[in-house]
Amino acid sequence: MSTGNPVVTPESAVASEAVAIPHDVLLGIYRRATLIRVADERFQKMISSGQLQILYYSPRGQEILSAALMSTLNQSDYLVTTYRGIHDQLAKGIPSRLLWAEFAGKATGTCKGKGGPMHITHPASGVMVTTGIVGAGLPIANGLALASQLEGDGKVTVVCFGDGSTNIGAFHEAMNLAQIWLLPVIFVCQNNLYGEHTPQAMSTGAKELIDRAVGYGIKGVQVNGNDAFAMHAAAAEAVARARAGRGPTFIEAKTFRFLGHLLGDDSHYIPETEMAAAKAADPLPAYRRALVARGIEESVLNAIDAEIGAEIDDAAQYALDSPYPELGEIRLDVLKAEIAV
Amino acid sequence: MSAAANPVGAQRAKKINFTQAVNLAMDEAMAADKRVILLGEDIADAQGGGVFTATKGLSAKYGTARVRSTPIAEQAILGAAIGAALVGYRPVAEIMLMNFMTVAMDQIVNHAAKLRFMSGGQTSVPITIRTATGAGAGFGGQHSDMLEAWFAHVPGLKVVMAANPADAKGLLLSCIEDDDPCIFIEHTLAYGVTGAPPPPDYRVPLGIASVAREGTDVSVIGYGPAIAPALALADALQKEGISLEVVDLRTIAPFDQATVLASVAKTRRAVVVHEAVRAFGVGAEISSCIHEALFSELRAPVGRVGSAYSPVPFSPPLEKAYLFNRAGLEAAIRKTLAR
Repeated sequence: MSTGNPVVTPESAVASEAVAIPHDVLLGIYRRATLIRVADERFQKMISSGQLQILYYSPRGQEILSAALMSTLNQSDYLVTTYRGIHDQLAKGIPSRLLWAEFAGKATGTCKGKGGPMHITHPASGVMVTTGIVGAGLPIANGLALASQLEGDGKVTVVCFGDGSTNIGAFHEAMNLAQIWLLPVIFVCQNNLYGEHTPQAMSTGAKELIDRAVGYGIKGVQVNGNDAFAMHAAAAEAVARARAGRGPTFIEAKTFRFLGHLLGDDSHYIPETEMAAAKAADPLPAYRRALVARGIEESVLNAIDAEIGAEIDDAAQYALDSPYPELGEIRLDVLKAEIAV
Repeated sequence: MSAAANPVGAQRAKKINFTQAVNLAMDEAMAADKRVILLGEDIADAQGGGVFTATKGLSAKYGTARVRSTPIAEQAILGAAIGAALVGYRPVAEIMLMNFMTVAMDQIVNHAAKLRFMSGGQTSVPITIRTATGAGAGFGGQHSDMLEAWFAHVPGLKVVMAANPADAKGLLLSCIEDDDPCIFIEHTLAYGVTGAPPPPDYRVPLGIASVAREGTDVSVIGYGPAIAPALALADALQKEGISLEVVDLRTIAPFDQATVLASVAKTRRAVVVHEAVRAFGVGAEISSCIHEALFSELRAPVGRVGSAYSPVPFSPPLEKAYLFNRAGLEAAIRKTLAR
């Protein structure tokens, strides 16, 4: 089953390019994916050069999935994600400067440097929780969706997690509750085929993760997450369903992780042929070729590339130049009232 | 508690029990604020209004959209409460028994407690978790533990337990209205215990202890089920000329250091008492704080009284042997006086 390149079973796949996507949306996906790619490359560089000392979970290989998914959401829609989350956070719209400053532990970061890379929150972009605990985001996403249901505000909540999360209890409790209450929540399993260093076949009895959905009576969709057109279509359908009050969707989006679990991981547990095949199908260059084939000018894409390069230069410098938080911050935000000295 | 303080007659008719007190608090909170919602197993009327009937009548009054019976899934319950709280709701989650919180510790400790801090104050989690527990009811090892010290040890959580129905109502309302996550502990044996009715709009501020009885010789500091035996002992020992001051913490974390230290500065002797297992309990923290602040003024080391170092046993004589009791408290008080 875990054959390297993402496999889509015909009966559950959303037909690629079945729906015409407007050019501005296509370019928006390209912009988001490029932003993720360039940010990821820069993070790697700054970590290896010692400019940043952080645990880093690279999203390399999963750029298109996030970019296409988030392009179906409004800024006010809610997102819950995990420690491998910069692709989701950037694609949802967190300003680069704020994200970079938070990764550097600076006072100017999204969370004043108090959360760090694994705990990014930015309600203004709809990013409500980033959790460092596998599977823990799903029950919380239900609560955000419950609030929207009670308010009738039409918002949807997307929660992203990996294949590893589908084996932890919180996943099952949350899937069940969402369906009983028909919550406007979308569970997006970014199935990169490995939970830390263990392949899906060794950790999961079900042959396909989409089969999890059946047990909860929840609508399940399996899609090639690396195909922007298919991913966009699957997400758009789930969003429409949630907004219409018809309940949750479980999306299994197949993808691949090029840089292992944690930066520095040599991926020795991944067969070389599997890794090579995945890299040959690198989703962002493939998407770029598809856009050019659709008549989008290279110059338009190059301009986006240049713009993003400048944005990341600026964000990285901003993070380095920003001050660390004042030490008094340790007494703030523990409770609403400041903790006494 | 101090029934003698109340005039006999009309007042007695108006007494309420703990079940009524917590029900009234939730009723008033829901009437005042539509963002107050209730989540928990069997809490809607069709399912019985909660296993201890604390939520009885509330789904009839406010609807099942706001009073939601849930699956037996504590992570799902608390996750839903946390998520709704992040965007402005004030959920009250009933976790039927405190031991069941252990299956949702991640949601409580890693999320409810920390999201305000880790988000740099951008979000907060104003939830109240109501939970029942306590030994003496024959529920055995997995339905009786007093785990308040676990939660008190986590920065970001408030932990509360009332010793009488009026305070139960006033504290629960304060928890629901508070902007931080609160754990409100109810004692399974106390639901039927009656007490003076709270005045209208009664609130007990969080973090403020009450001096339940003034005295001069020994400060007895406790909360919840420790207060009734302490007050009874105060009456009994008064006949021997021993004057106890009883301090009811009401909020266990963060506890009211000022009131505790002022009391012990006066009496110069103290015993801390709780139902929870003595070892590594809340009493150790309070005792340590007293020693640090008042060591040179103390006439005797601070005594600690708690239950035995054992899982809660089922067999009635064993359960009785496990539980802290009035005799043990009296012995600890006399020991501080022997110096």
